[in-house]
Amino acid sequence: MISIIQNYWGMLLLSLVQTMLLTLLSLVFAFIIGLIFGIMNVTKIKPLNFIATVYVDGVRGVPLIVLAYFTYFGIPMFIRNLGFSDFRFTALTAGTIALSMNAGAYMAEIFRAGIQSVDKGQMEAARSLGLGYGKSMQKVVLPQAIRTMIPSIINQFIISLKDTSILSVIGFPELTKAGNIIVAINFDVFGVWAVVAIIYMIVIVTLSRLAKKIERRVNVGNER
Amino acid sequence: MLAMKDNTAIDENTKILVKNLKKNFGKLEVLKDINTEIKTGEVVVLLGPSGSGKSTFLRCLNRLENITSGDVYIDGVNVADKKADLNAVRQKVGMVFQHFNLFPHMNVLANITLAPVELKKMTKEQAEKKGMELLKRVGLDEKANAYPPQLSGGQKQRVAIARALAMNPDIMLFDEPTSALDPEMVGEVLAVMKELAKEGMTMVVVTHEIGFAREVATRVIFMDGGYIVEEGTPDEVILNPKEPRTIDFLNKVL
Repeated sequence: MISIIQNYWGMLLLSLVQTMLLTLLSLVFAFIIGLIFGIMNVTKIKPLNFIATVYVDGVRGVPLIVLAYFTYFGIPMFIRNLGFSDFRFTALTAGTIALSMNAGAYMAEIFRAGIQSVDKGQMEAARSLGLGYGKSMQKVVLPQAIRTMIPSIINQFIISLKDTSILSVIGFPELTKAGNIIVAINFDVFGVWAVVAIIYMIVIVTLSRLAKKIERRVNVGNER
Repeated sequence: MLAMKDNTAIDENTKILVKNLKKNFGKLEVLKDINTEIKTGEVVVLLGPSGSGKSTFLRCLNRLENITSGDVYIDGVNVADKKADLNAVRQKVGMVFQHFNLFPHMNVLANITLAPVELKKMTKEQAEKKGMELLKRVGLDEKANAYPPQLSGGQKQRVAIARALAMNPDIMLFDEPTSALDPEMVGEVLAVMKELAKEGMTMVVVTHEIGFAREVATRVIFMDGGYIVEEGTPDEVILNPKEPRTIDFLNKVL
């Protein structure tokens, strides 16, 4: 196992960077998607509720691997058939779209729960002062909601980080894909997958610890 | 004189005019037919058993509750109208809640300056100066940098009153402002409200404080079952009630 790290550390490190890049990029988009659909879900406007529900249920009802195949192979094929003959997504683009949509659906639920956890009186007090819905959301409700959402957001980050491994199927050069390549070279199935598993574990445990620390600091803030 | 849609005119001293107000929650009729008029400088206290609709009535005045039917004119603007500019009306109608509803993530001064600054009524400096004046008025200027969870209930409610006053409202609505307070803190909040009444603020107050009603109210409205059962001066309604339901209620609370 030591020799695997000695021989392939460059490749492993590079693929880990790709994994983190894909996760971070997807989480940024997922945050925006989640914010939009989460708010659409809590408004009193029925058509918006409906769209948000369709999105969340739709995406959550599709396995990420299917979503990845669909964005990487399906959608470019569809666009090529429309006449854009050499249209294709890079694995990074397709991977980011698939993972953002997937995590976005879960983030929408995190936002919905976070917003609903803020006492109704907060919105009423803001509105009674003459602030509009958007301003009340932005200045009063969301700052309090996001505080309660932080543990769930970090949890989603960890889930999405692990889910990047699924994107090895569309050839994105992340950590699991690197494992596949190394196995093809040295046939050390046990050693390679053990090393890959341990790398995932170290990164995720570190993130979880960091999350606990942030969570504690946020809670201290709440006691003010 | 402001023209209304049925061509009657509103006296310019009329701050609030309520006509045939009805409010349903699903099948439940909470307000059945409310008619009243409140003039500038009046302090109207709403009394009634719980479930009588008094809080709902108050919340219809700035349309925190949607209005099922009828008209509610605030300074001539019908808030029951779907096209009414509610934000503009609400800027002139301050509201104080039973559970204070201070913004816990902002300090006391920021709670007070948020609306005037965001709504571009004042610059940040002006709003902070005004905020400090208001805090002095409610006796809490040394708490400007404290956060709401650090305050007692009575202090929170006084900050909430200052926050509502920061928008220079013409009308103040109080929804059971002392009901969530420990008994020893009721007095400090009522004192601020009395002061406000003395200065000529138009006020509508839902409360169970009969003493406050007798002392401060210019008019008492007794509600039960979604109707106004009886209204008049505190002497008329509290000391010499005519309606059996009013007599029954007062016997229970006095």
